[in-house]
Amino acid sequence: MSSDSLEGWDLVIGLEVHCELDTNTKLFCGCPNSFGDSPNTNVCPVCLGLPGSLPVLNSRAVDLAMRIGAALHCDIRPSRFHRKNYFYPDMPKAFQISQYDAPINCDGWLELTTGKRVGIERAHIEEDTGKTTHLGESGRIQGASSSLVDYNRAGVPLVETVSAPDMNSAQEAKDYVSELRAILVACGASDGKMEEGSLRVDANVSVRRSGSKELGTRCEIKNVNSLKSLGKAIEFEAARQIAVLQQGGTIRQETRHFNEDTGETSSMRSKEDSHDYRYFPEPDLVVISPDEAWIGGIRSGLPPMPAERRALLGSKCGAGSPGTPSSNQVSTVVAHGLDALVLGALDDGADPRIALSRCANEAVARVDAALHLAPTSFSRLVTMESVGDITATQSKLVLGEMLDEVDQKLEELGGSTGGFGGYFEVDPEAIANSKGFEKLDNTTLARTLDDIVESNPGEWERFLAGDEKVAQFFVGQMMKSTRGQADGKAVISLMNARRDKKG
Amino acid sequence: MTSTQRTSFPRQGVRETAIAVKTRFQSASDVLSDCLEEIARCEDKIHAFNLVLDNQARQRASEIDDLIARGIDPGPLAGVPVALKDNICTREIATTCSSKMLERWIPPYNATVVAKLQDAGAVIVGKTNMDEFAMGSSTENSAFGPTRNPCNLDYVPGGSSGGSAASVAAGFVCCALGSDTGGSIRQPASLCGVVGVKPTYGRVSRYGLIAFASSLDQIGPLCVNVGDAALICEVIGGYDPRDSTSIDEPFSGLLDSCDKGVDGIRVGVVTELLAPASPDVQAAFTKCTDKLAAIGAKVDEISIPELSYGLAAYYLIAPAEASSNLARYDGVRYGLRVAGQDVESMMRATRSAGFGPEVKRRIMLGTYALSSGYYDAYYGQAQRVRTLITKAFGRAYESFDVLLSPTSPTVAFGFGAKQDPLDMYNSDIATIASNLAGHPAMSVPFGLGANNLPVGVQVMAPTLGEAVMFQVGAQIEGLAQ
Repeated sequence: MSSDSLEGWDLVIGLEVHCELDTNTKLFCGCPNSFGDSPNTNVCPVCLGLPGSLPVLNSRAVDLAMRIGAALHCDIRPSRFHRKNYFYPDMPKAFQISQYDAPINCDGWLELTTGKRVGIERAHIEEDTGKTTHLGESGRIQGASSSLVDYNRAGVPLVETVSAPDMNSAQEAKDYVSELRAILVACGASDGKMEEGSLRVDANVSVRRSGSKELGTRCEIKNVNSLKSLGKAIEFEAARQIAVLQQGGTIRQETRHFNEDTGETSSMRSKEDSHDYRYFPEPDLVVISPDEAWIGGIRSGLPPMPAERRALLGSKCGAGSPGTPSSNQVSTVVAHGLDALVLGALDDGADPRIALSRCANEAVARVDAALHLAPTSFSRLVTMESVGDITATQSKLVLGEMLDEVDQKLEELGGSTGGFGGYFEVDPEAIANSKGFEKLDNTTLARTLDDIVESNPGEWERFLAGDEKVAQFFVGQMMKSTRGQADGKAVISLMNARRDKKG
Repeated sequence: MTSTQRTSFPRQGVRETAIAVKTRFQSASDVLSDCLEEIARCEDKIHAFNLVLDNQARQRASEIDDLIARGIDPGPLAGVPVALKDNICTREIATTCSSKMLERWIPPYNATVVAKLQDAGAVIVGKTNMDEFAMGSSTENSAFGPTRNPCNLDYVPGGSSGGSAASVAAGFVCCALGSDTGGSIRQPASLCGVVGVKPTYGRVSRYGLIAFASSLDQIGPLCVNVGDAALICEVIGGYDPRDSTSIDEPFSGLLDSCDKGVDGIRVGVVTELLAPASPDVQAAFTKCTDKLAAIGAKVDEISIPELSYGLAAYYLIAPAEASSNLARYDGVRYGLRVAGQDVESMMRATRSAGFGPEVKRRIMLGTYALSSGYYDAYYGQAQRVRTLITKAFGRAYESFDVLLSPTSPTVAFGFGAKQDPLDMYNSDIATIASNLAGHPAMSVPFGLGANNLPVGVQVMAPTLGEAVMFQVGAQIEGLAQ
């Protein structure tokens, strides 16, 4: 669907983002809150909802929820829990303990990188459900031949952040989720991993004629598992709704399922079929009434938020205005909480561009390890690359091995890395040496190039004749001869020098 | 009808038994053997138990005897045989709620009260019959057949803790635990002629009590005398971090209160709770208040009109919570499962087959009361009534130390006598208000009514007012003899 089809129409988007809180234990029991363990190993009578069991609220989860509220400029209020009743196999008690009429956080805002403010209606605490795998062709509960349920996730603490319908494009919705994600990570509330389901987004989408003040009928889109999907789902849904309206139809309020493969949304259930959740106050829990001292402590203890950190890192790196590559890298680095790594390298006088690139491109891809890599070690690596002791390619390889070492050390801690906040020193020079990476001087390189030219006279002729493509052949040959130690750019400049000398 | 004549009688009490065991006057094993013999002799007529733990109990009793032989004090309940209502979770021991739904369910954990009883040296003898999921006032709603009243086998024992009351009245055990959501300890205690106590909401941990209505449920003892009930409350009560509604207040000194007398104690007779009682119950009750006045209590009448809305409010709040609490019995994880074409039909078939008619009635009532569009008129209104009742009690306790009423409007009734659910619900008319307010209340036997069946007097007290409640209860017990 092209954006042309939006001509004459406005999009209105509100998002509900579920964030799994990064606590050691579940919301109402002492079971570990960890992803990826064998099914049904992190369970007990409470999170399995066995008869007679009772919930006891995890105060750490309340703490993190309040931090989120503070970071989103919300009022933090006395709150209580309700039961949301409905039947589903992955809900052990056949009700979810959630907050309904008295959420812990309400009436806040979040500022996008564009400067636009999106209202936050509420950010409340609730428990996650188990996870069902439906066997059978459909992959959904309808038509499944059998279903397997893993209750490890049941009772994991969530904060659901509900935005106002303040966003008007798929891009804005994506920006909102990126920024919210960065804030959640900055608060220490979440690891922000959408791919592991730590962050899950439902989008409420409606359209209206440009200039109209009245909100159109909205549809809620579920099963959006990445930023890319979010953008696609919103664009598809907006175009679908406009097409319906243009043909004189009306939009039915309904919940729609986004299909990752087709990029389309399809109806799951209409408003009429929607559950009557029969909310009522959870009698097994008491009201949470944080006093001023607790709330004050949360607000004053809040670490710097992404916007502030981006400004700091950007200014230190000399990043340009929004949209330049380095400012994207700054956002990426901050969003993953790796700014300390870059700032550490900058303090040691490392090249900001290289530090930023290694961090935003390589370290971010392995953020769990990178968060525990000592900034001094990173700084040494960046310095080795910027003074030319190793090439960019080698630098990436060395960083990879450094992060392997960190992973190994984390493993030795017994796998309980959740609470570990320390750094590990890793020596990049030792790794470079062990791989035989050493700086090749130009004389050696030039001699190697002479040998290759002699063995491949035809190719050299073509290069002299101006065939740019054949240049890559020589770079490849040089890499092969030097076992990857040659720097691509240096080879090209040597070739140019050789040609010019002959000429 | 000789078969219905009383043939079994309560045994010696908790404290006497513990002393006998500790002083080696009688071994725990011998005490238990007596109990098991009595059970073997009469249980087929009474059906107090869903399960008798013959072997486990014998093993436990001999452990107690070993401890004593080695000079170790097993605790205040040394060798005391105890029965548990079958909605209290026992590790590795079936806990059924007298429902087909949980007929084969075996909990992997102990309720807090079970652990406390065991730590105090008690010997758990069995799991007692009850109205299914504690819904009923006669134990006729058990999926495993009714329990009979040991005082006269033609009559119901009351409910829902009918099996617990009968097990004590029949001398099968010294003490049983029950649960009380709207009178389910006090009413069967009254009908079977034993003492039954519902402590203040939050005083005894609900962890491991299979929920009926979470904001009303409370565990308490049924015993042969008031002092024993006080001791059991001290043992099973106290703060439990596993129950968020647990009260962090010491629960002690109750036994001492039993000896304090009632001189100057202000006793209020609640007219709204006395009026519905039958003449024989009224006569016994009035005799009790006269005698209390004669030994120095200041007895006066008090009208609390708000209490007349209690039954209506209760029958919205309790079913509403039950509809949610019982939703988990869906056939997915444990308990009964009846196969179906898909998940929904499996759940439907399971719940249709697993629950009895009274449970289904209350789930329907509660689901309706919570439905959008009806919530405020039903559940919301009922909660407002609840607040009114609590406030009205508060005003009454400005003038009185305790309030009194008959526990049950009638003595025990016959099987099948109350076919109309509303007739049955009216059995709880005097007991429900204490649950709504979260206050403590107890039933103490006082004399006989129609058909020579026992009458119970209910002593109510304000929140955490157990001391004065036991103080008055103990005197009523003395006056009854």
